[in-house]
Amino acid sequence: MTTFKSLSSAMFKGFYRDKMTIFFTFVFPLMFLVIFGLLFRDSGTDKTKIAVIGDGPVIVALEQTGVLEFERFDSLDAAVAKVQDGDLPAVVAARGNTVEVRYARSDQVKSAVVQGIVNGVVDKVNLGVTGRPPTFTVESQSVEDSSLQAIQYLTPGILSWAVSISGVFGSALTLVSWRKKQVLRRIRLAPVSAATVLSSRVLVSIGTAVVQAVVFVAVASLPLFGLKLAGSWWLALPLLVLGTTAFFSIGMLVGAFCKTEEAASGAANFIVMPMAFLSGTFFPLDQAPAWLRTVSKVIPLRHMNDGMLDVLVRGKGIEALVVPSAVLIGFTLVVGFIASRVFRWED
Amino acid sequence: MTGVLTSAVAVADIRMSYGDLKAVDGVSFTVAEGEFFGILGPNGAGKTTTLEIVEGLRKPDSGTVSLLGESPWPRNPKLLPRIGVQLQASSFFEKLTAKEQLETFASLYGVGRATAGDMLELVGLTDKADTQESKLSGGQRQRLSIACALVHDPDIVFLDEPTAALDPQARRNLWDVLRDIQQRGKTIIYTTHYLDEAEILCDRVAIMDRGAILAMDTPSALVRGLDAATHIKLQLGTLRVDEARELVGVEEVAEDELSLTISTRQPAPVLSALAERGALDGLQVRTATLEDVFLNLTGREYRA
Repeated sequence: MTTFKSLSSAMFKGFYRDKMTIFFTFVFPLMFLVIFGLLFRDSGTDKTKIAVIGDGPVIVALEQTGVLEFERFDSLDAAVAKVQDGDLPAVVAARGNTVEVRYARSDQVKSAVVQGIVNGVVDKVNLGVTGRPPTFTVESQSVEDSSLQAIQYLTPGILSWAVSISGVFGSALTLVSWRKKQVLRRIRLAPVSAATVLSSRVLVSIGTAVVQAVVFVAVASLPLFGLKLAGSWWLALPLLVLGTTAFFSIGMLVGAFCKTEEAASGAANFIVMPMAFLSGTFFPLDQAPAWLRTVSKVIPLRHMNDGMLDVLVRGKGIEALVVPSAVLIGFTLVVGFIASRVFRWED
Repeated sequence: MTGVLTSAVAVADIRMSYGDLKAVDGVSFTVAEGEFFGILGPNGAGKTTTLEIVEGLRKPDSGTVSLLGESPWPRNPKLLPRIGVQLQASSFFEKLTAKEQLETFASLYGVGRATAGDMLELVGLTDKADTQESKLSGGQRQRLSIACALVHDPDIVFLDEPTAALDPQARRNLWDVLRDIQQRGKTIIYTTHYLDEAEILCDRVAIMDRGAILAMDTPSALVRGLDAATHIKLQLGTLRVDEARELVGVEEVAEDELSLTISTRQPAPVLSALAERGALDGLQVRTATLEDVFLNLTGREYRA
């Protein structure tokens, strides 16, 4: 036990005294979180901006819908010029009892939205003028849906990605550098089991994953980004542990085949970057082609993403852990077994 | 030779080939407890492979090794605490200070942290305790790696080229450390390609070339066995060639642009004759060394 403890503490110190490690473990993924978080902060809440000329009951009613933003113009020509420039999708001009709409031909979806709103408002105002009660009525109610704010989606994804970086790179680089510097040989000549050495290194990676989770969630929760954690957030802990072991075993496999740190870090990049995109770390895969979504199902990061999303922000219970945990454990066992077969003490 | 019971290391006819290359070709030796044993030879002589087989890092194609009565192969956890190995490259954990390195290596053997300070003192690095390994000089790092090999108080210490790539001052500092270790009653087996160093440090040496031991004895016995002439070098002009030839005991006289060299197996009468003639200015005496032994054994000049 003392051997395990002092080995872990030695590796912990070695890990945290390395500035490059700190950068790639914390700062680098955090940069992505901040950039994407700021980039997508307002998406989904955009109002459509249109040019407006004149006044009257129709214009007032349009404003009350709350989905349009107005830019006022004095002359129709100036407003149409704006539409021609592609700056605004449509012009609404009220002249007496006529409401004139000019829309850009290129953006058909937005133009249709504007026309639909204007037609609806005009019909309503017409009906109001007649003073008769409407024959048909519409009742609408809002429903809580599971589509997410950007930050809610990004935080679990980027956190999982960061855990994969520190897991794969950490184990691959440690293994290669220890073999090159003959630390492995020293360990082999000491009466300590390989399992003790390995588990103390895994412990450092798990500790790192937990620290990453705390830091990333703290940053994302700043008012600037506005992450709201679900009540079941603590279920992320088993995912952090299992994700770390899965990525650690991938790193062990990489480390077994690479002779130099440079080769190992190249190979690790080659695995981690595509894995991040295929797993929907930065963008949801809903729009991706079917084959790509199928491919992503065999990638451990994808399942860690899904699990993290479910427990951190969607508030799902322990049942959401079943599939991700099973995949991550399976991955650890299979890849870990292969890694132990191809493991080399020396070059 | 001491008896079988007190021999710390017994190696019998080990062989190891890499393809066509016979790296180790029938090596046998024994080392007594407390002995300082050197394996010498040029690079590629098979010293390191021999050492790795004895340490239990490699399995020989044939032959047997016994360390303290036990076989080191396959990995023998009972034996490991009793041997200390310093490796050719300085193998350390990343970003740890000298003291932390020692503590970590101690923990691999289940030894407490207390010995770390002791070891730093032994190798003269007490004032570098809190310096990171990467900021130490080559000689300091080499001493630290020896301290790491000793931290669990082993009975046999293996040192592979501990003085390689050190400047002369650092080498001499290290010699003191090695002598201290022997004083503590450790058996030391070390390899070097510095024959002069082995001559000074070792109780016994084995000279290796091309995978085989050519000679094995105390350095002085090896040199004596050569029956080599002593060379006395005089400044040009102190003595004429024909004068030199007439001296008693002189075997050969050679002259070049700078000096006149007298070869003799009776240096005492020759030197007193030179003293009588007042020809001692700038005189140099060179007796045979292990390099001459190597030359005699292989017919080649020694090149490290």
